[in-house]
Amino acid sequence: MKAGIQVENLKKYFPVQKSFLEALISRKTEYVKAVDGITFKINPKEIFGLVGESGSGKTTTGKLVIRLLEPTDGKVMFDGINIFELDQEELRKFRKRMQIIFQDATASLNPRMTVGEAVKHPLEIHEIGDEKERKEMVFEALEKVGLSPPEAFYNKYPHQLSGGQRQRVCFARAIILNPEFIVADEPIAMIDVSLRAQIMDLMLKLRNERNVTFLYITHDLATAKYICDKIAIMYLGKIVEIGEREEFYNDPQHPYTVALLSSVPIPDPKYRPKKILPKGEIPSPINPPSGCRFHPRCPIATKKCSQEEPTLKPISKTHYVACHYPGKITLS
Amino acid sequence: MQVENLKTYYFTKQGVVRAVDNVSFEIYEGETLGLVGESGCGKSTLGFSIMKLIPPPGKIVNGKILFKGKDLVELPENEMRKIRGKRIAMIFQDPMTSLNPLMKIGDHIVETILTHENVTKEEAYTRAKKLLDDLGISRERINDYPHQFSGGMRQRVMIGLALALNPDLIIADEPTTALDVIVEAQILDLMKKLKEAYRLTLILITHNIGIVAEMADKIGVMYAGKLVELSKTLPIFEEPLHPYTEALLDSVPNIKLSEQTLKWIPGSPPNLLNPIKGCRFAPRCKYAEKRCFEEEPKIIEVEKNRFVACHLRG
Repeated sequence: MKAGIQVENLKKYFPVQKSFLEALISRKTEYVKAVDGITFKINPKEIFGLVGESGSGKTTTGKLVIRLLEPTDGKVMFDGINIFELDQEELRKFRKRMQIIFQDATASLNPRMTVGEAVKHPLEIHEIGDEKERKEMVFEALEKVGLSPPEAFYNKYPHQLSGGQRQRVCFARAIILNPEFIVADEPIAMIDVSLRAQIMDLMLKLRNERNVTFLYITHDLATAKYICDKIAIMYLGKIVEIGEREEFYNDPQHPYTVALLSSVPIPDPKYRPKKILPKGEIPSPINPPSGCRFHPRCPIATKKCSQEEPTLKPISKTHYVACHYPGKITLS
Repeated sequence: MQVENLKTYYFTKQGVVRAVDNVSFEIYEGETLGLVGESGCGKSTLGFSIMKLIPPPGKIVNGKILFKGKDLVELPENEMRKIRGKRIAMIFQDPMTSLNPLMKIGDHIVETILTHENVTKEEAYTRAKKLLDDLGISRERINDYPHQFSGGMRQRVMIGLALALNPDLIIADEPTTALDVIVEAQILDLMKKLKEAYRLTLILITHNIGIVAEMADKIGVMYAGKLVELSKTLPIFEEPLHPYTEALLDSVPNIKLSEQTLKWIPGSPPNLLNPIKGCRFAPRCKYAEKRCFEEEPKIIEVEKNRFVACHLRG
C-alpha cells in the first residue's frame, strides 16, 4: 500500500427502532448519529489508535473503514480508491487486502472447525494454492503468530486453547492472505493481563516485518501509547483530538482528552496524581448536545461552546484539536 | 478478620477443582486489601467463600474465617444471615443483574433496611435519601427504575445497597470492570471517600494492577488457587518477591512512562482439575529449579508483613 487510508467526512446514522404505535403518532424518524462526519488519514505502515468510550462510535468507524457497513455519507479511500464505489465482485477481491479482528476471539471462531481449518478457510474462499501449499501457508501463519510448533495446534479445536491462543488464531487467519490493512477492534480487552503484551508485540511485528497498517480501536490509552504512532480521540461520533504519539501524550489539548488521560489508573503506588474528572457520563447519541458535544460535562465550557460546534484545527503540523479553548486544562 | 487455611473446592463431574487452596491472610479494621490475579485464579471464589455464598457444587472443605470472634465457616445459615449484608456486604461487577428491574431504586434500599432492621418505613426512607446524597445521586431519582440509570449510576446504587446497613467489611468483586474509564475513576473516587466516611474495611478483588496501586494498603497476589504473595502495597511494587508478581508487574503498561518494554508470561495457568506437584507457577517461571517442580512451597513471612510462597525467594 502506498497511499494509506483516507477517511473523509464519514457518517453513519442508524434509524431508531420504533413501535408501530409510535410510528403512527410521529412521522419523524430519529437517528443515532453513531459516526457524524469524521476525517482522518492513516499512513502506510502506521498503527493508528482510535480511542473512545462505549458509544463513541469507534467500532462503527472500524466497520465502515473496511465496508462491513454502508455509510450514510463520506468516503474511505483505500490506497487511492473509494471502497464505497466498488461493486460486489471488485469488493470481494479487495477484501483480501483488508482484515478485521474482533474483541471476542471465542465468538469469532467456529467451535467445530479445527485451528487448521479456520486459518485455511480464507485460502479456500479465494482459491489460493493446492491442498499441500495451503497447509504450508497455514503452518507459516501459525508460526508467525507464535503458535509453535504449528503441528501441535493444527488439529486442535478452539475450546482446547487459552484465550490468548484463540486470539492468535484469529490473527493467523487474518494474515494468511497477506493483507495490507488490519482493523483490530479491542483485540486484547478480553485477554488476561499477563498475555496482552504478547498480542501487542505481535501487532508491532506484523507492522515491522510485513508492512501491515493497523487501525487499533480501544478504550485503553495506556496500551495505545505502547503501540500506536498516532492517536485519535472520539466522543459521540466526532473526533475531538488527533495527534502523533509524543505530542499527544505530552501535551493533550482537549478537556476530554485530559479527562481520559487522568482517569487511567497508574500501576505505581508512589504516583498519586489529582484526577481531573468531568461530571456525569457520555450522553445518548440520539440527541447529542448542541455546539461542542462535550460542553455539558466540560469544566471550562462557555456560552460559545453550547452554540458553536468547534472544528478540528491544527495546533501543529501533526496535532489537531476541536475545542474553542484548546490547552486551557492541562495534566498537572 | 482472619482467614486460616481456607480451602474451597468445586466438586464437578469431571473432578475436584481446587479453586481456593489453603489460603490464609489477615485484614485489619480500616484497611483496604487488594486481591489481584488473572481469570480463574480463585480470587472471586475467595470473596464468595467469605460471604458463604459458594454455589454448589462448590464447598468450603477446610479452614476458618474468623470475624469478630466467630468462625463463619462453622456458623449455621440462620446466624450467617445476620452477618451477611449487615456486617459484611458485597459489591458485584454487573449492577444490572444485581438490581431488580421492576423495583424502584429507593425501594431497593428501603427493603434492604427493613429486612434487617426494626425501623419504620419513614425512617428507612429518610436513610435512603441521606444515602443517595452520599452516593452523589440526586434525591429526586429515588422513584426511578434501574433502566433509567446509566451504568455508573447503577454501580453507585449497588455501593449504596452495600452501605445501607452500615457494614464493617465490604467485598468488592471487580466493581468497575464493566464501566468506562472516566466512570471507573469516578466510582473509585467515591469508594475512597465513602470508605473514610463509613470507616470501612475493604477487600477489593480485581485484575487491574493500576487500581490496586491506587486503592490498596495491602496486596494479595493469587495464582491458580494459591495466595503466592502478600505484602504492603509499596514494597510489592518496588521489590516484588514472587516471580509471578514480578512477571505480572512487567506486563502492565504504565501511561506515565515514555519508554517501556512489556513482557508477557509464556504458557497458561494449570488446569486445577489435575493434582499439581510442586509450585503451581513453576512451568511458567523463568527461575524455576528442580525443587520447584517437586515440592510445593509454603507461604512464609520473610520479613515483617511480607509473605511469599517461593523456594527461591523465601
